[in-house]
Amino acid sequence: MREQPILEVRNLQKQFGEGCRHCLDPETRQLEKNFCSYCGTVYAVHDVSFDLYPGEVLGVVGESGSGKSTMLQGLYFDTDLASGEVYINEPMLAGQNVLTLSSQQKRYIRNYIYGMVYQNPLDGLKMKFSSIGNIAEKMIAAGSRHVGDIEARSKTLLEDVHIPLRRMKEEPRNFSGGMQQRVQIAKALSNNPPILFLDEVTTGLDLSVQASVLDLIKQIQRELHISMIVVSHDLAVIRMLADRSIVMLNGTIIEKGLTDQILEDPQHEYTQQLVYSLL
Amino acid sequence: MTMLEIKGFGKSFTIHHLHKTIPAVSPIDLKVEAGEFVGIVGKSGSGKSTILKSIYRTYLPYTGEINYSSAHFGTIDLSKATERQMLYLRKNEIGYVSQFLNVMPRTSCRQLVQNALLEMGEPKESAKHQAEEALQHFEMDPALWDSYPKTFSGGEKLRLNIAMATVKKPKLLLLDEPTASLDHHSKIKVREMIEKLKRQGTTLVGIFHDIEFMEGLCDKVFDMKDGQLASSLEGVVNEG
Repeated sequence: MREQPILEVRNLQKQFGEGCRHCLDPETRQLEKNFCSYCGTVYAVHDVSFDLYPGEVLGVVGESGSGKSTMLQGLYFDTDLASGEVYINEPMLAGQNVLTLSSQQKRYIRNYIYGMVYQNPLDGLKMKFSSIGNIAEKMIAAGSRHVGDIEARSKTLLEDVHIPLRRMKEEPRNFSGGMQQRVQIAKALSNNPPILFLDEVTTGLDLSVQASVLDLIKQIQRELHISMIVVSHDLAVIRMLADRSIVMLNGTIIEKGLTDQILEDPQHEYTQQLVYSLL
Repeated sequence: MTMLEIKGFGKSFTIHHLHKTIPAVSPIDLKVEAGEFVGIVGKSGSGKSTILKSIYRTYLPYTGEINYSSAHFGTIDLSKATERQMLYLRKNEIGYVSQFLNVMPRTSCRQLVQNALLEMGEPKESAKHQAEEALQHFEMDPALWDSYPKTFSGGEKLRLNIAMATVKKPKLLLLDEPTASLDHHSKIKVREMIEKLKRQGTTLVGIFHDIEFMEGLCDKVFDMKDGQLASSLEGVVNEG
């Protein structure tokens, strides 16, 4: 049985800065963490490769600045990557490195295949549109044209994320952080994306809201079989959500495995420190 | 048929901040036939759990082979299986019961058992029915079915844990001291469940503190001392 990943990520690279003779060659480079002390270039994502399988939740853990979000933004085409390959196992994209596609094709992928929930709702929502308008915008981008259908689906989604429908015409800027995050999730799900990226979705939420967001994510996985990459620095969140996880440090993957194995038998020195620090 | 054959399995832990490698299990061999119940006893720290956790990949295997006879993959060395293969086996064939309950917050007791089945692809109605049956078997008070396990007693949590693992009718069930904090009555319930699973053909490997509990139930009992498996104990083994 050879299982086909839905997303194959190979050797992603992202650097901020030109690089110099001291840091351009990966073999000989000597960095301070991910930073070249000669020219100031930051190697934010370095040689990151992994597979995402249909219906699975992949956890990405690591301290802040480890390159988790940059990697996600690169996959979602928010930022250009220096090099690397990404393959999506969808019939019309088979065999194509999606990082090299035209911006029109990338927009298609964002509209039809990817969903993204940003750490900061300001990045994912138009704060001055109504909540239902935010969802409608995404659905229109994904080809929906029937107003009645759009309204019906938006209502279902808002109910799923526990936003009272009497507030659906309200602007998200009036909402609490937890509510904004849930509107963002509803928006990201509206086009039924086969792949969903979640960037620190529960960070900063109170425990009670966190529990409902976690439950929602699990429910999405169980019922819609959406594949997800969940980025979080919170090991407890990753433990609840992800079957497999990768650990990032200074832009590279230092460890990957089953989530409970990483937590109970961490191999890398940094992962051990992380696990020892768990409350 | 041999269900599980462990050959030369050893495990040690490298603790980086101490610059030390701590041996946990010296190379051991262990053979478990299909439908058998194999018990492992030994002092705490002797490496009993290490064996179970390595079979389940909660610990990363170190040396040796753990050959498991899978319905889906055929004979597969669990120490070299891919993460995805392990996840498939965990979902469909191999169950694990630990002493601790670690579940989604604010999910009801009933829902948790149901979810275990839904994840296997069981239809909703049947999952609901089987979940209720399992909770009834372990005498969970129906008043608790729709409450959250966070505030359950130790015994209730453990019974829920066992219900979640056994409801999936695994081919191989690993029991990591499942009776440690149970009263006598609950232990008998666990025993009944084990007997029922055995009748259904489930293979079991269990760690128990109280050797009396295993009397008449285990087909083989091994004593674990300093990371080594001593020979089968006489007397507690099932004569039939």
